[in-house]
Amino acid sequence: MSLKKVLALTLSISVCMAAAGCKKAPEDAIKIGAIFSVTGGGSNLGAPESKTAKMLVDEINAKGGVNGKMLDLIVKDSESSPEKAISFAKQLIEEEKVFAIIGPSTSGETMKIKSICDEAKVIMLSCAAAEVIVNPVAKYVFKTPQKDSHVAMRIFDTMKKMGINSIGIISDNTGFGNAGKDQLEKIAPQKGVKIVISEVYDKKATDLSGVLTKLKARNVQAVVNWSIVPAQSIVAKNMKQINLNVPLFQSHGFGNIKYAKEAGKAGEGIIFPCGRLLVAEQLPDTNKQKTLLVKYKKDYEAKFNEDVSTFGGHAYDAITILVEGLKKAGSADREKVRTAIENLKGFPGTAGVFNFSPQDHNGLGLDSLVILTVKDGKFVPYEKLD
Amino acid sequence: MDAGRYIPVLILAAAVAAVQLFTLATGSEYYLTQLTMSAYYALVIIGLCTLMGYAGQISLGHAGFFAIGGYTVSVMTTYDFSGFSGSAVMGLLGTLGLASASGGELHLSPWVSLAAALVITVAVAFIIGIPILKLKGHYLAMASLGFGLIIYRIVLGTRIFGEADGISDVPGFAIAGGLRVSGSPELRIQNYYIAWTLVIIGTVMLINLVKSRAGRALRSIHGSEEAAMAMGVNASRYKLYVFVISAVFASLAGAFMAHLNGGIGPSEADVMKSVKYVAIVAAGGMANLWGALTMGVLLNYISLRGYLGSYDDAFFGAILIAIMLFAPEGLINPAVMKTAAVRARSLIDSIKKKTGRGGHAS
Amino acid sequence: MAFEQVLQYILSGVTNGSIYAIVAIGFNIVYNTTGIINFAQGEFLMLGGMTAISLSQFMPLPLAILFAVIITSLAGAMIDFVFIRRLRNPSVLMMIIVTIGLSIVIREMALHIWDEKVRSLPYFTGSEVTSISILGAYISPQVLWVLGVCGLMVLLLGLFFRYTATGRSMRACSSNKTAAGLCGINTGNMVTISFMLSAAMGALAGCVISPITQTQYDSGTSLAIKGFTVAILGGMGNSTGAVVGGLLIGMLESFSISVLPMAYKDAISLAILILILFIRPSGLFGSREESALKEF
Repeated sequence: MSLKKVLALTLSISVCMAAAGCKKAPEDAIKIGAIFSVTGGGSNLGAPESKTAKMLVDEINAKGGVNGKMLDLIVKDSESSPEKAISFAKQLIEEEKVFAIIGPSTSGETMKIKSICDEAKVIMLSCAAAEVIVNPVAKYVFKTPQKDSHVAMRIFDTMKKMGINSIGIISDNTGFGNAGKDQLEKIAPQKGVKIVISEVYDKKATDLSGVLTKLKARNVQAVVNWSIVPAQSIVAKNMKQINLNVPLFQSHGFGNIKYAKEAGKAGEGIIFPCGRLLVAEQLPDTNKQKTLLVKYKKDYEAKFNEDVSTFGGHAYDAITILVEGLKKAGSADREKVRTAIENLKGFPGTAGVFNFSPQDHNGLGLDSLVILTVKDGKFVPYEKLD
Repeated sequence: MDAGRYIPVLILAAAVAAVQLFTLATGSEYYLTQLTMSAYYALVIIGLCTLMGYAGQISLGHAGFFAIGGYTVSVMTTYDFSGFSGSAVMGLLGTLGLASASGGELHLSPWVSLAAALVITVAVAFIIGIPILKLKGHYLAMASLGFGLIIYRIVLGTRIFGEADGISDVPGFAIAGGLRVSGSPELRIQNYYIAWTLVIIGTVMLINLVKSRAGRALRSIHGSEEAAMAMGVNASRYKLYVFVISAVFASLAGAFMAHLNGGIGPSEADVMKSVKYVAIVAAGGMANLWGALTMGVLLNYISLRGYLGSYDDAFFGAILIAIMLFAPEGLINPAVMKTAAVRARSLIDSIKKKTGRGGHAS
Repeated sequence: MAFEQVLQYILSGVTNGSIYAIVAIGFNIVYNTTGIINFAQGEFLMLGGMTAISLSQFMPLPLAILFAVIITSLAGAMIDFVFIRRLRNPSVLMMIIVTIGLSIVIREMALHIWDEKVRSLPYFTGSEVTSISILGAYISPQVLWVLGVCGLMVLLLGLFFRYTATGRSMRACSSNKTAAGLCGINTGNMVTISFMLSAAMGALAGCVISPITQTQYDSGTSLAIKGFTVAILGGMGNSTGAVVGGLLIGMLESFSISVLPMAYKDAISLAILILILFIRPSGLFGSREESALKEF
């Protein structure tokens, strides 16, 4: 076997690919890299995020771009693998010389590239939920989804109003579920709620009546299911099937009407805190977010023929925040834009009204969440909206 | 000793240096990032190639060994051992300079964790290997798949392994002098050479193994295990040795990769990863070390640079099928390339003929 | 534990076990003819489920399922025609690799045909909240459907392989392909039939479990791994063994949840499988002599 031929072949293929990879974008465009889990384990997050990001960038460019410059979005599919996210982050930073990175979709990937972005002084706007992303604060790292701790607090506050004191937690084994479970366990004692049992289920679970039987045996007054995978509908169904008739609380990961539809009749009465996107039309006209929420929802549903979810909204926020930073800074200067984002106040997004500060790179308060419930297969406010 | 077998190694070393100089000259050194990562994956591939191609044993669990190496190193270098500072073992490690305190935390030297990773890997490989290698065909495939899944479940379900998020902030590995395995952009060139040095050393070792008495014994097992045993070859012992060696290669790659990437996640232990390794070995031609190495670097490079977008998995699936259909001996083999082309052409012809006839009938 | 609880764990084990069993049966059909394991079997379930869900928008449920079964079995035939037949002197290793490749490609195709979203068929009887009470424990009526279809499959397949000429020819192919060919059996066609049959059974299984498990483009793989585990536990090629093995693993997991954290549930069932492989590779119901005769 001729090794030379092999090597020559390899080299020529890689050179060809390198050449193909270097599509030259317009020189003065602002390059934005995006790392989403479009396929793989986190596809229920990454797919709507990627669709939203592309739609929004097209819309901005159609209106003449930002500061007279077009945006050039490069989307990379990480398939929820940290090693791919690392490779892509380095590629985007060193080779494409992107101005900022949107994403990744999951917290595991975000944590792997947090220091890479921070050291390279590239702004990263993560679409993942875990609080460790912005705590401790890294200078160039921001995140757009609501804080898990705020979601947990809203859940416990609602429970106290209902007179619930002892609960069971089940969560999925994704980064989203793990981080939420930690916050629930941390905050429960402060709110005077007792966690009787806490269990983790697999993201591909097919039936969960076994673990719910375990919860039932401990006489919990309510169940909290912190999850982002389709199995959260199975939880609702199994609870009704084994006659575990206590209130079911979900996290903001339930923010996709698809999951409520899957749960069908069993989904009725589920209580969960969430951003205002899902009840956009029902908001009073005085609400600062209403116009943009209604528009995003309408555009997305018209373009992709599927229901809008809060996950896509995280990418929406990441891009609008970045664009606002660029406008405020007046030029594509990383340091100026970073400072502009850090000082952004009262900026409406899909997840809430952002108030960033050097100590808070998430910028969302408790009021970004409203408590929703499911009624007749639709999301409706549990409390009066403001 | 036959010196001819080392000529390809020299060519490889020259090619490695040439690629680096090429990127330096064209100012495209960023290509080295993915070439370094691909080199570590190639280390897993050549180990697996020896197991599959020469010993004829399939393993659908090699990502498990990669994870054992990566996770052991990641946990031990990030864990704060100050709780054990009073113990005799830590005292001994401290006096040997293998543990250092900083900021009130006590951390072990990466050398200790690397040694631990290899010891654990060898132990696990022996314990698993002895019974598993008695199985054949589907049962072996299933048992190795089961092993890989168990490792995946353990890292995904255990707090100390970071559950779904994996482990982050693994420090670099200062080997000697200024050499340091780490992902920072300034150390890119030396890391490229560290990775490729490991690959070259690994390749030389495996070439020697394959050409040795043990290698001949292995090939005889592959041909017919009964015949080999009748000739007095202790088949099970040789199979076990190769299994352990390939496990060590995977584990070593995992350990270095964890330092390079500054962490590891459960996706490295995923079954899909193991399947990808098998796909690459198949594409390189089962019993073809150089083919496996080439394919290992090439395909991982393509995948890590995201050329295939959302079609990455589909591409690997298609490779598996296409190789088995058209070139079961692997792609990197001129004779096979020719017959593959002929076969593909005859297939196309036959399809053309069929559709042509169909046209007449209607 | 109170009696109702024990019973509830048993019923929960039955629910999961029946799902595992119905997946495992499909593996046995191809194995019984060719002696190989089709790693793409899980994808037949997914394809069947997805097709039925799409079709149920336009037609009544039973019709949608019927068409889904037919379409999937045609896909099974196509797989054999286009891929399996073209292999020259396939070894076990090659068959494993090809079917794994097929499973990945089908899965990715499904992702691009449909999308990443989860879907499901409606419950055959009742709804999401319906359950049947048995001495204080509860079970969804859909589980009874799964068990019923499972039992029917075992019965019909048993009769088919034992009493029909085609079934007997298929078994002959498995034990010795050359000899079967010499006896005038068209071995190629038998393999095609077995792929069609296993795809059809897989599709039916995918439809009947869809209300419980929900269907997504990648739900086949994890089901297939469980089904494969169960098929080996019960003894390859033995449908009754598959059902018993499935229910056994289901119970085992269910009771492991009652005492251990659920996170390790799969690790425990896999560890037990590996142990069984070491001690009795022919499975609980497989015959030791028969498995020794196989070429692998």
